[in-house]
Amino acid sequence: MSSAETGDRRLGIVGAGRVGTTIARAAIGSGYDVAISGSGAADRIALIVDVLAPGARPVSTDEVVRHADLIVLAVPMHRFRELPRDLFAGKTLIDAMNYWEEIDGVDPELANAPGGTSVVVQERFPSARVVKSLNHITYYKFDESRRPHGAPGRIAIAAAGDDRAAVAAVMQLIDRLGFDAVDAGPLEAGVALEPDGAVFGASYSAHELSSLLWPAASSA
Amino acid sequence: MTAPELELGLDTFGYITVDETGQPLTPDAVIRDYVEEAVLADSVGIDSFNIGEHYRPDFMDSAAHVMLAAIAGRTKRIRLGTAVTVLSTQDPVRVYTNFATLDAVSNGRAQLVVGRGSLTESFPLFGFDLADYEELFEEKLDLFTRLLRDQPVTWSGKFRSPLVNQYVTPALPKGHLPTWVGVGGSPQSVVRAARYGLPLMLAVIGGPPGRFAPLVELYHRALDAYGHPRQPIGMHSHGYVARTDQEAVDIQYPYWEETFEKAALERGWARPTMARFQAERANGSLYIGSPETVATKIASMMRLLGLSRFDLAYATGRVPHKQRLATIELYGREVIPRVRELLADHPVPPIPSSHVSAEVPAQPSV
Repeated sequence: MSSAETGDRRLGIVGAGRVGTTIARAAIGSGYDVAISGSGAADRIALIVDVLAPGARPVSTDEVVRHADLIVLAVPMHRFRELPRDLFAGKTLIDAMNYWEEIDGVDPELANAPGGTSVVVQERFPSARVVKSLNHITYYKFDESRRPHGAPGRIAIAAAGDDRAAVAAVMQLIDRLGFDAVDAGPLEAGVALEPDGAVFGASYSAHELSSLLWPAASSA
Repeated sequence: MTAPELELGLDTFGYITVDETGQPLTPDAVIRDYVEEAVLADSVGIDSFNIGEHYRPDFMDSAAHVMLAAIAGRTKRIRLGTAVTVLSTQDPVRVYTNFATLDAVSNGRAQLVVGRGSLTESFPLFGFDLADYEELFEEKLDLFTRLLRDQPVTWSGKFRSPLVNQYVTPALPKGHLPTWVGVGGSPQSVVRAARYGLPLMLAVIGGPPGRFAPLVELYHRALDAYGHPRQPIGMHSHGYVARTDQEAVDIQYPYWEETFEKAALERGWARPTMARFQAERANGSLYIGSPETVATKIASMMRLLGLSRFDLAYATGRVPHKQRLATIELYGREVIPRVRELLADHPVPPIPSSHVSAEVPAQPSV
């Protein structure tokens, strides 16, 4: 079985920068077996992983893909096209990237994507099941805001994707990481999770997040 | 090992300011005002005055070395530096000549923070491709450290003509022009600073500063792994000092809101609110309040992270010159002596020596 709800706690992370190492640390804390890669050979990130996400295994990107069915993509947005198109075939790929013109430069395809940048990522990796998530809260919230299921004050993270089983698997991951999970709908609804989107950059409860993402439903 | 000397400085990006009626000043008047502010900073005992590098309509810091040279001619003691120099889009040879000359005219007071920059308008302006972001900084930092440390330099790279047995003048006296690497939280950038054995400057513009503790540990362990001695660590954060907490909030908030409202529109950040401002004051990265409030927070963060340098990016946004002068006066006369006093009672602890990872290769390109 690939990525429906499962007892499997293996997670792959591509990208060992601020975001990748932060998610790795949270996943280790939640009992996941985490493999993480940077650009190039594993030994280039060994010290970074050892200090910032002890317990995660620094490996090559190919090994990350072999390690898990659930993979987080957390490379700088202007570099995702360097990865092979079929690299994530059959995998649930969590797009945790954000497009920042100030950092990534002017990228007309990303800047003008009507369904958001994750649709462009899905087009780049057609054989992957892309879910947009883990991108809309400030990275340090992963350290300070994780709470057990049901705890008061728990904040929420949304997931948007066209493959509903993949979204369910990501929502299970979100819950295990210590956040309430909110289904944001199809992949192109993920535009609400992006910079300038309705919910970007602030902390919300599941109820607040749902109300912002589904205003019609909650006012009915 | 003795604790490094403390440095408490000021940083500015040369914001266009307004007069008392809210009208923006002309760029030339703004630049002269900053020179006056640095002269005051020198007279009230502030350790350094550091100027940023931007190329935008609301920032007048496009040629820091010229302003610093003017300040050098009117001051005796204060160190003169940058916050930060975007080395990626400059010629390291020119940076060297400008700042080695500044060091000479200021009698040894020049310093630098170099970085990749968080805003990228200098790339198209100077004809560089943002796709080369990493490679540009790596190559230019390599050449710059060679110019600092081992002239004559024989060097070749991708982005400028090679140098063969080249001396670049003026020669610097040994140990002059301390050069820090500015980082915003990228672990790769922290490891790079360690690889070059250069001191580390953390730019912390929001959120709890304590989250940088793991990066401090990473820096120390990477220094160990590369066989470099311990280096000082500093931090840059925004703030404003007034007589009372309420006065500081009242003066700074409208300009902070205006500045971050603009950033929110340009960069997709969350909109600024008074609640966020107060949360940043209480637990985050704003140093805004009375001298005692600000001094206590600076001292506790310096102790928490093992810092020997703190740069206050004072008076965010278009805050008028007169109120900038007032905050400089309080920072120099009251905050700095109080921070020194607080840290004398509880000195910055030496970071415990940690084990060396055997897995770090001798020459990784991070």
